[in-house]
Amino acid sequence: MAVESNVIDAAGPYDRAKALSAFKLGDITFYWITRLSAISVLLILGGIIISLIVGAFPAMKEYGLSFLWTQRWAPSADPPVLGALGPMYGTLVTSFIAMLIAIPVGLGIAIFLTELCPQWLRRPIGMAIELLAGIPSIIYGMWGFFVLGPFLANTFQPFMIRVFDGVPVLGAIFAGPPSYLSLFNAALILAIMVLPFITSISVDVFKTVPPVLKEAAYGVGCTTWEVVRSVVIPYTRVGIIGGVMLALGRALGETMAVTFIIGNSFRISSSIFAPGTTISAAIASEFAESDGLHQSGLILLGLLLFVLTFFVLAGARLMLMRLEKKAGN
Amino acid sequence: MNFLKTIVAAGLVAASATAAFAADITGAGATFPFPIYSKWADAYKKETGNGLNYQSIGSGGGIKQIQAKTVTFGASDAPLKAEQLEKDGLVQWPMVMGAIVPVVNIEGVKPGEMVFDGETLASIYLGKITKWDDAAIKKLNPNLKLPSEAITVVRRSDGSGTTFNFTNYLAKASADWKSKVGEGTAVEWPVGVGAKGNEGVSGNIGQTKNSIGYVEYAYAKQNKLTYTGLVNKAGKPVQPTVEAFQAAASNADWAKAPGYYVILTDQPGEKSWPITAATFILMHKEATDKAASQEAIKFFRWAFKNGGKAAEELDYIPMPAGVVTLIEKTWAAEIKS
Repeated sequence: MAVESNVIDAAGPYDRAKALSAFKLGDITFYWITRLSAISVLLILGGIIISLIVGAFPAMKEYGLSFLWTQRWAPSADPPVLGALGPMYGTLVTSFIAMLIAIPVGLGIAIFLTELCPQWLRRPIGMAIELLAGIPSIIYGMWGFFVLGPFLANTFQPFMIRVFDGVPVLGAIFAGPPSYLSLFNAALILAIMVLPFITSISVDVFKTVPPVLKEAAYGVGCTTWEVVRSVVIPYTRVGIIGGVMLALGRALGETMAVTFIIGNSFRISSSIFAPGTTISAAIASEFAESDGLHQSGLILLGLLLFVLTFFVLAGARLMLMRLEKKAGN
Repeated sequence: MNFLKTIVAAGLVAASATAAFAADITGAGATFPFPIYSKWADAYKKETGNGLNYQSIGSGGGIKQIQAKTVTFGASDAPLKAEQLEKDGLVQWPMVMGAIVPVVNIEGVKPGEMVFDGETLASIYLGKITKWDDAAIKKLNPNLKLPSEAITVVRRSDGSGTTFNFTNYLAKASADWKSKVGEGTAVEWPVGVGAKGNEGVSGNIGQTKNSIGYVEYAYAKQNKLTYTGLVNKAGKPVQPTVEAFQAAASNADWAKAPGYYVILTDQPGEKSWPITAATFILMHKEATDKAASQEAIKFFRWAFKNGGKAAEELDYIPMPAGVVTLIEKTWAAEIKS
């Protein structure tokens, strides 16, 4: 060792320590740049939360916790009576129905694309899915307003109302009159909008299943259905749930398309064919001409959406952890 | 383009010592009068070389901006009360008018054929009248064949001056509406679906059979919607016409209203249209930039004198001459140069 270092020392005016520290400096800079980028996310998020809390403070002081279970939304009353129950209900119900439709359909498309689809059809279907993701939400809103809404109101809703008329519970859920601005229509648009998230992520994770696993299953005589159910889906569960969560996040916060076709009514109705509203639609509609407590109430709604999304996503993550544990056992 | 002009103008101002004549006027506020204010500004610029920059950010924003003194004038569809004006040192006057008309979509009913009164309209919007062949509607329209169908009620979902004036009228016409809902740019609607903007409401009405809504008169006229007549305070059925709107403005008691705080709904007079609305300008009595303030007054004086035709072309209604005379007196008395 000593000899080697002597040789290097003798090689010329070359300071090893200096060179090393130059490398080290580069490393430290790199470390801090990436670290600052990561921390900036927290700072931005924190800044948004703080400004939301500051803006929402007057409404929080005025209404307290009762904001959560008050259904009335009367900004013109004196003093204004504001409650978040209607928009919260609308947000959760539309997202729930949207996921109910989008998860099976999205997974179905993904399974078909990776397991069953003839090669020549893969590209067109894959491209169609990606195009679906690229359409601006205002276009979905307009399409829902002018095409989907009238179709649902004139054809689908009267049919459902007739079928379930008199049936307990379901009769109340599918109650008339048909309307082309309703919770259900908004949920359907949301389902279409979040479909690409579920599908393209599922396709990507399905492709990661090692062919040897599937071949082994086919080898022992499994049908395609059994391979998908017992090999592909368990292997990719984490990825699928990730895609579903991304879609859910989008559904909870989607604004423009929903504002167009949900009917913007703060009243909670048992029927999903009745107009409703969501948190983001309420904010988008009323913010521009609001002031004082009304505006503060709208900001508080925004804060609620933030919290709501956080809890829904945290819940999904918890579920995921449990599933993984179970799979591990 | 306007932005560029502003920059160029600003450059010129900076370069010349006699800056006063080129002071650019800035204004912000209500969206409803935006088309006519920008049309006036264009014509004024051609005539005098002086520009005006108006941003339509909504009435609430206009009030906030003028209170914060960031603009030369603010514009609002709902007037401020006299005490509020006094507190902020503001002067207020009506600049131009519009009107709101009920619109319907019922098979076989043509524009102007149907008539409502305030009480009936309020009952429909309260959800007390739910079918088109209700006795109250039939009584007002004995000659029309009305279907026994449910009424789809459409209203604005976004806060708006249109909604303010419409609900203000309903509150004046119906005690029940006043106690249950009240008035405001956004209210607690008992029934109905909400649509965004005049275009949203008219789109809804157009597509939904047996529906009713309310829109700006200019909007109903330009889109050929099935508007209806209304029974006014004097008990006479009137059609939405410029004469009827001007009658409402002339019959209002402007001279006795401090700060021109008059809401033009439900005004007396046999010819008055019941849901007429003025949009207001707000300025400081003692502005920080007196040159710009004077320039703005010059512009408004010009608009009252020369802007009537342009207003009518866009289906706005110019203020009646008597009211303009009053306003000019107010300027002379209250705005310091």
